[in-house]
This record gives sequence, C-alpha cells and structure tokens, in this order.
Amino acid sequence: MISRAWILSDNPETRLQSQLGQAWRLMRTLARNGLAMVGLAIVLALLLIAAFAPWLAPYSPVEGVLANRLQPPSAAHWMGTDELGRDILSRVIHGARITLLIVLLVAVIAAPLGLLIGVVAGYFGGWIDRILMGLTDIFLSLPRLILALAFVAALGPGIENAVIAIAITGWPIYARIARAEVLTFRNSEFLDAVRMQDASAFRIIRFHVIPLCLSSTIVRVTLDMAGIILTAAGLGFLGLGAQPPLPEWGAMISRGRAFILDQWWVATMPGFAIIIVSLGFCLLGDGLRDVLDPKGRSRG
Amino acid sequence: MTRLLPALNLLLTLVLTFLGLLAITFFIGRVVPIDPVIAVVGDRASKETYDAVRAALGLDDPLIVQFGRYVWQILLGDLGVSVSTGRPVATDLARVFPATLEMATIGIIIGVALGVPMGVFAAARQGSWIDQVIRVIGLAGYAIPAFWLGLVGLVVFYAQLRWVGGPGRIDLFLDGMVPVKTGLLLVDSAIDGNGEAFQSAVSHIILPATILGFFALAYIARMTRSFMLEQLSQEYIITARVKGVPERLILWRHAFRPIRVQLITVIGLSYAGLLEGSVMIETVFSWPGIGNYLTTALLNADMNAVLGATLVIGTVFIAINKGSDLLYWLLDPRARI
Amino acid sequence: MTLLKVDNLRVTFPSDHGPVDVVRGLSLTLGRERLGIVGESGSGKSMTGRAILGLIPPPGSVTADRLEFEGTDLRTLSERRYRELRGARMSMVLQDPKFSLNPVITIGDQIAEALKVHRSLTARQRRVRVLEVLEAVRIRDPKRVARLYPNEISGGMGQRVMIAMMVVLEPALMIADEPTSALDVSVRGQVLDILDDLVRRRGMGLILISHDLNTVARWCDRIIVMYQGRVVEELGTGQLEAAKHPYTRGLLSSVPRIDETRDRLPVLNRSTL
Repeated sequence: MISRAWILSDNPETRLQSQLGQAWRLMRTLARNGLAMVGLAIVLALLLIAAFAPWLAPYSPVEGVLANRLQPPSAAHWMGTDELGRDILSRVIHGARITLLIVLLVAVIAAPLGLLIGVVAGYFGGWIDRILMGLTDIFLSLPRLILALAFVAALGPGIENAVIAIAITGWPIYARIARAEVLTFRNSEFLDAVRMQDASAFRIIRFHVIPLCLSSTIVRVTLDMAGIILTAAGLGFLGLGAQPPLPEWGAMISRGRAFILDQWWVATMPGFAIIIVSLGFCLLGDGLRDVLDPKGRSRG
Repeated sequence: MTRLLPALNLLLTLVLTFLGLLAITFFIGRVVPIDPVIAVVGDRASKETYDAVRAALGLDDPLIVQFGRYVWQILLGDLGVSVSTGRPVATDLARVFPATLEMATIGIIIGVALGVPMGVFAAARQGSWIDQVIRVIGLAGYAIPAFWLGLVGLVVFYAQLRWVGGPGRIDLFLDGMVPVKTGLLLVDSAIDGNGEAFQSAVSHIILPATILGFFALAYIARMTRSFMLEQLSQEYIITARVKGVPERLILWRHAFRPIRVQLITVIGLSYAGLLEGSVMIETVFSWPGIGNYLTTALLNADMNAVLGATLVIGTVFIAINKGSDLLYWLLDPRARI
Repeated sequence: MTLLKVDNLRVTFPSDHGPVDVVRGLSLTLGRERLGIVGESGSGKSMTGRAILGLIPPPGSVTADRLEFEGTDLRTLSERRYRELRGARMSMVLQDPKFSLNPVITIGDQIAEALKVHRSLTARQRRVRVLEVLEAVRIRDPKRVARLYPNEISGGMGQRVMIAMMVVLEPALMIADEPTSALDVSVRGQVLDILDDLVRRRGMGLILISHDLNTVARWCDRIIVMYQGRVVEELGTGQLEAAKHPYTRGLLSSVPRIDETRDRLPVLNRSTL
C-alpha cells in the first residue's frame, strides 16, 4: 500500500496520507540543500552520541588516573587529559547528554509558553493583546544573558536553575512570531466556519490556530538552539550552570582556563564540541526556514 | 502635533520598559532565598525583634507599596551597599563602568568599520569569495562562544605570538600611574601625555575589543548584506544605471544611502549586545569592568551588586535600543510624512 | 538618418528547464521618429528596451547580428563606454515613479546627478539646468519641487520628474517603458503630451513600449507588435485596419468602441496563433 505514488498522491484520501505526502515533499526539498543536510547530520550525531555515550566513551568521564594528568592529545587520549587525569574525549562525549538535556528542556518550556501567549494575544486581540504584547516587548528589549544571570543568581547555581533562567528569558520571541502568524489568518473564513459550529475558543486555538503556527515556531526554535547552547555553556563557564564533576562543556572550559597557557587542549577541546553542535543547529535551522517558512527569512 | 506622536509613543514605551526592568529586578530580589530580616537580626533573635525589624524594613507593606519605594530609591541613585566591597553599589558601578564602555566602543568601531563595507561588497558581488567569507563569519558569530574565542586569542596572540598585552587593562607596573579623569584609560593616558601607559593600554584593549568587534562584525555584515541586496533589486537602481551612474556611486549613493537609517538600528542593537557580551569577555581577560564586577558579585552571592549591575546594563541596553528607534524616526524622510 | 539598427536580437535567461529566450530574433530600425512596441506582458517588449540600453542583468545574455546606435556597435562596447552613452545619448523612462525614484535623495539632486556624471559643470550651472528642465516638463514651482523628496509629490508629477531627469542631457534616443500605466487615468494624456513635445522639439527618436494599442496608435508613427518574444507585425499607425497577423487582429477586435454595441468582447483565441 505505501508506495511513492500513494504518498505523493494529489488526492490524498486520509489525513495521514496527506501528512505523509507533505513530510515527504519537505524532506525532498531539504535534502537538496547540502548545508542543511550537514546540519541534520550533526544534530543526529549529537542525538546518537548522547544516547550511546557510556558505550562510545573510551574512559570514565568522572574518574581519572592522576598519574596521567594534563597529557597532550595522543593515540590513547585523542583530546588529551585534564588536571585530574580524566580523558577529555570521554568527558566531551558524556557532555553531549547534558547539552542535549538543557537544550530540550529550554525548548520544551520556552517554546510552548511563548506560542501560547502569542496565540492568545493574536486570537483575542484587544486589551489582552495589548497587555501580553507589552509584556513581551519589555522582555524583548532587555538583555537576555544578563537577566538569565540575575535569575540564576537568585535561584542558585545548577542545571535546573540555568534551564529555568534561560527559558524565562527566551519565550518572548516565540510569542512575537506566533502572534504575527495568527494575525495573518485570524479573520479567515475557515475559522469563521469553525466558529459557526459553536466551537469554544479553547477548541479553536488548540485544534485550528496552534497547528498553523507550529512550523514557524519549530524553525525559530531550531535557529535559537545555537544561542541556547552558547548561553548554557556561558553559565557553565561562569560557574553558574552545571556543577563539577559533571562534564558540562562550558564548565570544562572554565576549569581548563587555569592551564590555558601551557596545556591549551584542556580548555579548547570542549569549545570545538560547542562550535560544531551550534553550527549544526544553525545550518539545519536555516535549511528548515527556507523550506517551511520562506517569508520568515527577513526576520533574521 | 501629530508629527510628535511617534516620539511621545516612544517615550512612553521607554518608561514602561524601564519600569518592567525594575519590576524584574525587584522580583528577583524578592525570590532570593536569603531572608533579609534574618540577615539583619541573626537567626537567634526573638519573635518580637524579628517582627519589629520586619516592620521597620517595610516588608509588611503591600507589594505595590514596596515596589513604589524601590523605584523611588533607584531613581535617587541608591542601589544599596555591596556585601563584598563594603561600598555603595552605585559608587562601585561608576568606577567600573568606563572600562566596559571603552572596550565596547572600540569593539563597535571595529565591527562597523569592517562589517559595513564587507556587507556592501558581499551584496555587490553576490556569490563571490567575499560573499562566502561573510557567510562563514556570520555562522561563526552564531556558533562560537565568545569566552572560548577569548581564551584561544590569549593563547595565540599573547602567549605564543606576544603581539598583545595579557589580561587586565594595562601592564602591572603601570597600574595606577595615570590620573583618573574620564575613567577611559586610553583618553586619560593621552591627556596625561603618558606615551608608555597609552601604548600599554592599547596593547591590552586591542584583543578583547577585537573579539567583541568580531561578533558585532558578523551581525552587522550579515544585516548590511541583506539590506543591500534588497536595495539593489529596486527599480531606482535601474534608473541610476539608465542615467549612466558608475557602479561605485550606485552602490554607495543609491543603494547604501537608503539603508543608513536601518543600519543605525542594527548598530545600536549590536552595541547593546556588546555590552552584554562583555560579561564573558571581561571574565576571560580579567577586565575590571561592569561584566567582571557582575560575575564576581554572582559568585559571592552579593545580590545588591548583582541587581545593581543588571539594572545599569539593562538601562543602557534600553537607552541604546530606544535611542536608535528615535534616530530612525528623526533621520528617515519617509518616516516623517 | 538612422539612429538605431537592430538585427536578430536575442535575450536569453537560464532556467531550471534550460535556457529560455525572452526575445527571439527581433529586428528594427529607428530614425528620428516615434516607434511603438505593443505586446502583452511577457512578450519581451521590456527586455528589448533594456537590451538596447545594455541593462540585462546577469545571468541573462544578449546576442544580435547587429546592434548599432549612432554608428557605434553596442555589442562590443566596454561597460565604461556604454555608461558614457547611457543618460547622455540614450535614456529610458520607467513605469512607476513610486519605485523608480530614489526615496532618500531630493528630486533636484537626482536630476543633477545625470549632469554631474556626464558633464563638468559648476554647481550653479547644474542648478540652473535642473530648474530649466523642471520647467520644461511643466512643473510650476521648480525651486520648491527640486527640494522635495519623491514621497512628497504625486504620481503624475513624479513621472514628469522622471522625464526631466532623462531629457536633461538631451539624448538622441528615448525609450519609454509603460510610462503611464502606473498613473492615474486623468494625467496619462498630459504626461504623454509632455514627452511627445520634448521628443519632437529636440528631434529625438522615441520607442514607446506599451500594452495599450490605443495609446501607441495615438502617439506613434509606426508600430511593432510583439508576441512571445517575436515581432509578429509592423505597421504605420494609419494602417491599423490593414493588420494581417491574427494576434494583432485579435488585439484590435478586443478594443471596445464608442460607436458600436457588442454584447461581449471577443477574447483572444490563442490556439490559432
């Protein structure tokens, strides 16, 4: 039954068939974009590495051999060892889990929150819109990193608090985008049709408005991932994110700082991991934007 | 009168945004798990003393009254006393702020001086090598952590090549030799006529400022490129070609002129972004600016200092943002119909 | 005297399905006369004008057996020499002044720019010429208008400014690409009158590109009808009735007349073309 022709049929008979067809077409367009594929490969690699970290890492990420401390990169330790004799490669591999965890948690908190606020503001309009968007604009014109720092300072260091701080300062952009999206179809006839069936506002928003805003939100989230990773690493670097001995990349760079002039690899290696992963999300996000949300290109 | 309406509107959002910032710092100050009363009376005080101090501190008043008092206090310039330095936070901030201003300003100058022409040429020769370079730089600006680039820069240009001075604003043996007038070390040493100090200050500021400038450049070049591409596809560019205007003039006069105003906003945004980014860079370079002050305060849980620094950076950030909006409105003939 | 000779002009753009010819083998000669090029959008008429001015943007390409302007072979001209011709010897009025005038440069400066590029005049001389030419396009208060920005004037006035900008150096050839179709109907005639007046008085050659057969018939001596990148018919304006090609006949019969009653206007039957 599931053939190419069936998936790409111009007259899909079920919702599933049309959704599969759409997904297939999107994938095909995305596949033609070489850089986006590189990005996708990097993101998939991150997922795999995070999933199989204990099996991929050649050594323990937390226990080291002091006799082996501060070894330069070699065949035994591809990225060298740190000040406690731990294998840096193993720590970077395990660090992928922490990075992925932070990024996912932030996305799961900030994006739905922003989406909901934007959709509600756009759908109801009037004073609800004015209050919610006023709030959004205030957040948007404040420095994100500094606010996140202040929040962490109040909540105390740690991964959970770092996630909360980044999410609190991250939602406004999704609210803006979702609202703009809603305004484009708020008065369209298909919504009138649903309204005439006496559907509740909740039902309309849940089943008709939100699904239409999803693609632009997904694009934006993917593009924001790099920023979230950098912010999380920055908090780690300042000692406010993940705490030792967790192998968080930013915290690793921070510890390597003490030896930077003589043992450069301790601080630089985790940096390469951050750069590659951020780059992967950037490239994938750019590609997704071209496919899903071409008009969003000007929104940077 | 109607011509002034946008300006009034801008002023209103400015005030509201500032109040929003204050509300956030007020809120953060309230959720801190440290009980301010216990901090005063100690945890072995009796219930009566505790309640008396609590009332004296105004903590029994409704939140909105407390917030009003907080705003008033801030407006008077009272940011509280720093636990770690023992001085008023406002005094501390006034002392460290010029160092940040100096570095961010040189950073933005580098970013604009290189980023704008790069963006213009990339747009003029779409797909050429310079266009590719801008693309790579743009991506790098997104993906590279500033603090990491700072560390790598220190290793390469300070430790290995010895091209620049190391951490700090000036060589240690010159520290404190220049009388403070503006707080901007480059300016002060020039006023003082102290060539040695000036040279040392330049060699210290050049690396962190360039790294900050790199991030500004990445953003400015990318935005300039996309603005220019939009301009170059306009009809009036064809009109200019029909008139026989040389390409160089078409680029700078016909395409660049209309985007100058838009660029002001972009430059304002990235300048504000540099102030923010300086937190990381200052930590790496032990630069005695507001970022370093903030991170030190963070690690000491010195909340007055943290919130004070947040307020100052936030206020400057808002001022630059809204200021560039205002300039936009003043400078663009199309906005004033 | 012949101003422009074009033989077998082709303009080609690459596309996903291989190269596409938007102009396919157009030939024309122009003296100091008014030639109209008529055709629907996509017929290649605008591209013809731009090809003559050497303004086909990459990746488009232009070939011709002959492309001669005032005895100069345009095909082998360097970009620099071409630029010296543009504005000075040949120029073009574009469709919509809302888009074709630079929004952030004053009108006076935009007109003066052509003078600045091609002539070495003092600022005062340039200013005098700008005011003269604004007067020539019947702008009442040239001093004031010269200081305005394009968004501060009407469309009809904008197009007169555009014309002023293009005639200020008294070129020999003027191409007008749909000069009135973006304007209010009430000012179209006036703008064309001004254009016509300047062209005649200064003895220029005019190519008027339009989709409107009536306009072209009224202001031109000769008409070329283009369809799908080709010339399908060439006529004197007096011989419109003698048109043979089915496309031209189709166009003519779809024009409503005041002295007739028809229930429905015929639509072009493309299958017979």
